[in-house]
Parts: sequence; C-alpha cells; structure tokens
Amino acid sequence: MARVLLMQGNQAVVEGAIAAGVRFYGGYPITPSTEIAEGMAKRLPQVGGKFMQTEDEIAGIAAVTGASLGGVIAMTATSGPGFSLKQEMLGFACSAEIPCLVVDVQRVGPSTGQPTSPSQGDVMQTRWGTHGDHWIIALSPASVPECFDLTRRAVALSETYRCPVILLMDEVVGHLRERIDLPDNYDDLPVVRRKVPAGAPEDYLAYQAKDGSLVAPMAPFGSGYRWHVTGLVHDETGFPKGTPAATVAQQDRLRKKLTDHLDDIVTVEEYRLDDAELAIVAFGGAARTAYDAIDLARAKGIRAGLFRPVTIWPFAEKEIRALAAKVRGILVHELNCGQYVREVERAVQGRVPVLAYSKYDNESATPEDLLAEIENAMKGGAGK
Amino acid sequence: MKKTFRFSGTGGQGLITAGIILAEAGLLDGQNAVQSQSYGPEARGGSSKAEVILADEPIHFARVTRPDTLLVMSQEAADKFARDCGPESLVITDSLFVQRVEGSGARRVDLPITRTANEACGKTLFANIVALGAVAGLTQCVSKEALKKAVLDRVPKGTEAANEKALEAGYTLAEKARQSA
Repeated sequence: MARVLLMQGNQAVVEGAIAAGVRFYGGYPITPSTEIAEGMAKRLPQVGGKFMQTEDEIAGIAAVTGASLGGVIAMTATSGPGFSLKQEMLGFACSAEIPCLVVDVQRVGPSTGQPTSPSQGDVMQTRWGTHGDHWIIALSPASVPECFDLTRRAVALSETYRCPVILLMDEVVGHLRERIDLPDNYDDLPVVRRKVPAGAPEDYLAYQAKDGSLVAPMAPFGSGYRWHVTGLVHDETGFPKGTPAATVAQQDRLRKKLTDHLDDIVTVEEYRLDDAELAIVAFGGAARTAYDAIDLARAKGIRAGLFRPVTIWPFAEKEIRALAAKVRGILVHELNCGQYVREVERAVQGRVPVLAYSKYDNESATPEDLLAEIENAMKGGAGK
Repeated sequence: MKKTFRFSGTGGQGLITAGIILAEAGLLDGQNAVQSQSYGPEARGGSSKAEVILADEPIHFARVTRPDTLLVMSQEAADKFARDCGPESLVITDSLFVQRVEGSGARRVDLPITRTANEACGKTLFANIVALGAVAGLTQCVSKEALKKAVLDRVPKGTEAANEKALEAGYTLAEKARQSA
C-alpha cells in the first residue's frame, strides 16, 4: 500500500534516509535545511536510531564519521556556511574511506549570504571544497519524490564505494511541497550496506581490497577487528606511509574505485531531447523551469530538449560529449554565476556553441525568462 | 487545466498553512498540487506569501507568476502583488487590513475575513481557515468535502470544531458575495 502525501523536499530526504537505513544523524540546523534536522530528530528515535544536535557543523560531521566507523549508516545536513565548515572532515572521510551522507541545501552565498533564497552556488564547493586531489559523488534531486529516491541512492553509493556522498539540493526543491507516494513501511525496500570482513581478525587489513575490487571490507569498531584510521597517506594496514609509491597507490585506488564504475554512478535524465537542436542543461530546482520553458519553445516550433544531470559529480563527461555530437548548441541554466557550465565547455571542446544562462538574483528563472534565452540562443550560434 | 493561487499577508497569519491545506485538498480530489512559499528571515511580522498550483497535468515550475486567485491580508501585500494580476484574476481582500488595490484591473472581492474569524470563533487566529472557505467558495477549486477533510487533518487536536466553524463562515462569506455580485 502506498500513502499519497503532500510532502516537502526536506521531509522526503528524512523519509529516504530512514528507508535507506540511516540510524545516526549529527548536525547543527541551518536554513534552508533545518527541516531535515527537525525530521530526523523526530523519526530516528522511532526506529531505534540516534539524533545528536552538536555545538557546530564541524562536530556534527565528526560525530557522523565516528558513528559510521562504528558500523552505523550516518548522515548530516547543512547549507553553504555549514558545508564550508564540514570540508575538513569530508577530506578525512575521503582519505580514510568512511561512508557518510552529507546533504547540502544550498542558499545564496558566499558566507551567510541570503539564508532563505534559492541558489546553486555550491556546485564547485561540492567538487573541490576540501583540499587536495580527491574524488567524490554528488547527486541533485529535482522533485520531492526524487528527494526520497536519491537519498536512498546516495546512501547506497556511499556504502558501496566507501566514500562520502553529497546530496546537492537547493531551496526550490528543499522547501517545495508536492505529491509523493510512499510505501506504508520500508521493510521491503533493499538497504545497501558496506562489505564487512569475513576472515580472522588477525588477518584483517582495513585497506586491502581483494578479488579485483578496489573497495576493502570495513570492520565496525568494537567488532574485534583492529585497524588504524588516519588522514595521513596510509598503506593497506591503515598506518601512515611516507613513500612516493604509497601516495600514488592510495590516490590511484581512491580515484579508480569511482572512475571504474561511472556507468553505475552517473545517471542523467532526458526530456524531449530526441530530435532537439538545442539542449538545455539544468539540474535540481533550475530543471523545473526548464521542462516548462522547453514546452513553451516547442509550441513555438523550436526544437529544444532537456539534459538533466542527476549525478553532478563525477561529471557526466561521456554523456555530454555524446550530446554535443547530436545537437547544434547547448544552453546551461544554473542558479549561480556560471559553475557547471565550465565543465560542460571543457567536455564539449568547442564542437558546438555552449551558452550560459546564469541567474543569481535570489529568484528562480521563470519559464518565460528561460524561453527568451532559448530564443536568443537560436538566433545566435545554436540556430545556424 | 491549471489553477494558480497566491496567499499573501504578514508572517503569523497562517497563510503557509492555508496553502498547504489547499494543496492537500487538491490531492484528495485527485488533482496534482504543489505548494511553495517565500519569506524573510523573521518568524513573525515580515511579509509572507504562499503559492499553490492545482492541475490535472504534471506541474514543473512551481512558483506562481500570474495568480488566478490572489488573497491579500495586508496593505503591503496588496501594494506588492496586485500588479502581478491580470484582468482575468480574482483578488480577495481582507477588509480589516486592505484599503487600496491598484494597478491590476482584476475583479476584487472585499470580505471581512479576520473580523468574521473573531466573531464566529472568538479569535483572529482562525482567519486563514475563513479565508480558505472564501477562496474555495468563490473559485470552486476543490470540493467542500476534500477541503474539510484537509483542514481537519492538519489542525491541532481540540480545535477541530472551531476550525470547521471558521471554514463554514468562509463559505458563507463567499456565498453572500456571489449573491450581491
């Protein structure tokens, strides 16, 4: 049986997290993500989980990584200012390979910015917020049902690849209420959990991946398997190793454990793209404008379609290249001064014109706004 | 068929709650519904608006740019939002707060919403539910059964009777306005 509900995007994240098996939340509430903390505080005790409101955002993600090392599926949620604070621990989680879910419901920045206004200004912070070469997964929902689905997906990816995953949201979707059909209980929904070691504890090496896999089994602390956790470059034992070879081995494995599985990790959605001359690239809340703008354009005889990256990172490189081979122009619409468009330009390599419609005035673009940009694009390079 | 609503006024008047209830009533009637809002950092006293779209088809862009129905419960909201309406729009004003509505050419129905809440239920707190009854009565956007159920599902326990009374009072205001039109 399904329940038909009017639900906010942030609440759907809460339900998705509960369904995904999240049983620990550590964090500090911040607009426009607060409903996630509020909802988890209510829901976790009902399913035997723990909610911890910490003194700040850094302590929140520190508690989350600790809970995850203890074998519990764990998450936090925040917005830009808090996401900045979490970057140090995110790098630690990348290096030490600690699965966790971090939700960033973006707001206008930098700094405290505009707390209640929509923005997608954290696209690059999501990719490069923590220092050093590192690899990360980020997913961006465009609807309330997708908030539920992608929260589950984000947890599954995090557990599968032993890495932090970012659910990159915006205020448009986080605060939107719309219809969602939820199962009465989540018992029938599969929960993906990290691999745990099967051999003898004395033989366990926490970073030794076997059988062609690049992801090592992860023993929960307290289970009898002893291992060392550090942000220093380490070898299979988990203890620091200062050699050039150790650095290369760690970096290559951390990269390849994601880049070898791009077909599993990267998903995109297409709308009216089959015969399109102009592709609109948009994600999250900005994509909602794009569906309607494309319908308006089609009604005027303009063959426009939507390419919506659901996975923001790793970048949908192969898919964007294929797109560039079949359309005459690409228009990237995002609620920032132009971040994702740089990646699109890099992948397209000048094969077709790449235009940007960047909006950063506290408001979503209306479909009419985007239609005008589409018409301009068709008059310019994309229509010739 | 798409119907767009904007409820506007002051934070604390319950307009976002009213928007949620209307959207839930739409779902109960089998329509698609979205509700969005915007507000400043203040909890109370700042300007507040809630928007609802009801439609048979999928709804993507969820903000309302040209409301079919605009409810205004403060003069500031009237000054700010009336210009977004067209001649085909309906502007419902609360006579206690709104004197002027300028610049839209829309049909205006002026109703004593907050005063009626105070008289029928003893508290101005119920003005949002009176307003919902008036909106539904004037636009027939959702069925009365669905709206009543949505109101009773959403309001705090112990206040059901007063809210039902407020809803009825709103429908009565709408009926009187229709008869005198």
